Amino acid sequence: MSQAEKLKQGQFTNPETPGYVGFANLPNQVHRKSVKKGFEFTLMVVGESGLGKSTLINSLFLTDLYPERIIPGAAEKIERTVQIEASTVEIEERGVKLRLTVVDTPGYGDAINSQDCFSTIIAYIDDQFERYLHDESGLNRRHIVDNRVHCCFYFISPLGHGLKPLDVQFMKAIHNKVNVVPVIAKADTLTLRERERLKRRILDEIDEHGIKIYHLPDAESDEDEDFKEQTRILKASIPFAVVGSNQQIEAKGKKVRGRLYPWGVVEVENPEHNDFLKLRTMLITHMQDLQEVTQDLHYENFRSERLKRGGRLSSHGYILPLSPAYVPVFLILPKNVELRFQSALFACAKYKLALMN
Amino acid sequence: MSEIVPPEVRPKPAVPAKPSHVGPSSTGIPSALGSQGSGVGGHGSGGGSALLGYIGIDTIIEQMRKKTMKTGFDFNIMVVGSSGLGKSTLVNTLFKSQVSRKSSGWSRDEKIPKTVEIKAVSHVIEEGGVKMKLTVIDTPGFGDQINNENCWEPISKYINEQYEKFLKEEVNIARKKRIPDTRVHCCLYFICPTGHSLRQLDTEFMKHLSRVVNIIPVIAKSDTLTVEEKNEFKQKVRKELEISGIEFYPQKEFDEDLEDKSDNDKIREAMPFAVVGSDKEYQVNGKRVLGRKTPWGVVEVENPNHCEFAQLRDFLIRSHLQDLKEVTHNIHYETYRAKRLNDNGGLHPISSATPSDTQESNL
Repeated sequence: MSQAEKLKQGQFTNPETPGYVGFANLPNQVHRKSVKKGFEFTLMVVGESGLGKSTLINSLFLTDLYPERIIPGAAEKIERTVQIEASTVEIEERGVKLRLTVVDTPGYGDAINSQDCFSTIIAYIDDQFERYLHDESGLNRRHIVDNRVHCCFYFISPLGHGLKPLDVQFMKAIHNKVNVVPVIAKADTLTLRERERLKRRILDEIDEHGIKIYHLPDAESDEDEDFKEQTRILKASIPFAVVGSNQQIEAKGKKVRGRLYPWGVVEVENPEHNDFLKLRTMLITHMQDLQEVTQDLHYENFRSERLKRGGRLSSHGYILPLSPAYVPVFLILPKNVELRFQSALFACAKYKLALMN
Repeated sequence: MSEIVPPEVRPKPAVPAKPSHVGPSSTGIPSALGSQGSGVGGHGSGGGSALLGYIGIDTIIEQMRKKTMKTGFDFNIMVVGSSGLGKSTLVNTLFKSQVSRKSSGWSRDEKIPKTVEIKAVSHVIEEGGVKMKLTVIDTPGFGDQINNENCWEPISKYINEQYEKFLKEEVNIARKKRIPDTRVHCCLYFICPTGHSLRQLDTEFMKHLSRVVNIIPVIAKSDTLTVEEKNEFKQKVRKELEISGIEFYPQKEFDEDLEDKSDNDKIREAMPFAVVGSDKEYQVNGKRVLGRKTPWGVVEVENPNHCEFAQLRDFLIRSHLQDLKEVTHNIHYETYRAKRLNDNGGLHPISSATPSDTQESNL
């Protein structure tokens, strides 16, 4: 509904309620602007080869991100180090555009000695932060492209008894830089009991090693019961045990996406078979939150570390002093401080409205 | 690290591979007459002269069988693979008894070992009057570290140590009647079912060890692969093994005659076997079967449409058990022995119990 139509319908003035100003309509404006602008989201997938990462990504976004893929044999893998491959795809649904970048890390964990297979990955993450920091501190901030990694799906093999030493080390190295979402891959290898046991073990080990994975925010008290219930279920299912597939199989008279075995069909979108739907729901409903946490927590951490370390940032002649104490705050303003301001305003107004009613 | 460098062509040792007579009791049981069970004129000394009446030479089979049952067998099987691939479950399923303790999760006190450990556990199992002393050699810690370089060294060392032990007993002047055989007869190598290809660790391990011990690769937890994925994966694995020059058991070069060759060819085509192990029983169509119960069906371990466990079991236990022992004794052990003797120019004098006796080795 456009602004003009709303005016006509008198939605801006409500004579019944004195003192009604009308900025309750702000979220709609923000929403419209964002829809026009489109969303950007960068997702990184990390895990050993053969865990079904690409299949899962294709299943999640119902697309084929890797059309011409050649999987190297063991002999060819010997000389390879970890590569970073970013593929971008523009998805549009009901007028909302999403520019999704998937960062793949082939070669991770493949070598006999995986001692420094994650230095490349960490360097990439830091590099994206650095670029954003550079752009943000630049003169022309109109077209800042946000390529920071918003979320990292870490694939855990279902075959082990829990986390491997490599898993632990890697997650500890990146949990302060990116939102880590652990995912149990190829979950159709496990019976239900094994799955529960594995999830508990993984959670125990994550606790034991002090790994900070991404925590879903609790549903606010004013959300409806369904949403609260959904959030509760999602939180209880971490880490998600997923199965990916884009093949259509005929099962019980209808076509479903799944994997056909001689003993049965594993349905990808059946919540009793695996947590694929939960993972997708989590990703979609919390995409905004993931971006926020990346911005407010990880990026700010990086930024403060970086500035403390010092050195030149901007190449436009802005020599930033070494001590952050002298940096005038208005020089380096995060772009969405306005949005935060607006949301704070909105919260006040809501409170005010509530008081009046 | 001492690498056993085999000569270009593996020499057939002087002792024939399938002895037609009762050999030194160290091998346990000679197989020929036992397994072939043919009558007179089977091998060797027959010469093909026609007999004028029944003599009773074929009762020797019965005599040997009785003797075998009395002495029993030894069989040593080693399982190698990353943790969690179902090694212990598979061995328990193979021998239908709890011969291997499952490390179903490292508890907080038991950390993943920093180096590869070798744990050998023996059990005596009995079936139909035949006793078997089965030793399962587990290798926890293999492939679990971040840096897995040379993780096959402890395993290689263990295998060579067993050969050395046997050699020492053999060159003794006063030999034991039956030398205890702790040599590894078979090494089951568990391949992770990624569906893509072998891992670097897999090829390195098999390259280093296929000349020293009989390696039987199996694809673990194969209920993760659909039928097409399984076939593709098998093809890829076989091709990679061929490219790397890895000869798994049954090795082509040791095929005796055409019959063997055709049997073994069929087996080689089907290897590596894609297996699923389980020690739990479920009711399927009115029968109790060993399997894994999932929300979408029951994976039956002994159903050939579901996995190749039955094939592996038949191959390993029902048809090639004795052959595994023989190849280990006649080929791998002999290679080790030849190298040892060549290297040192003869073995040192071996003293058995009393160091004061200077016994000369009989070489």
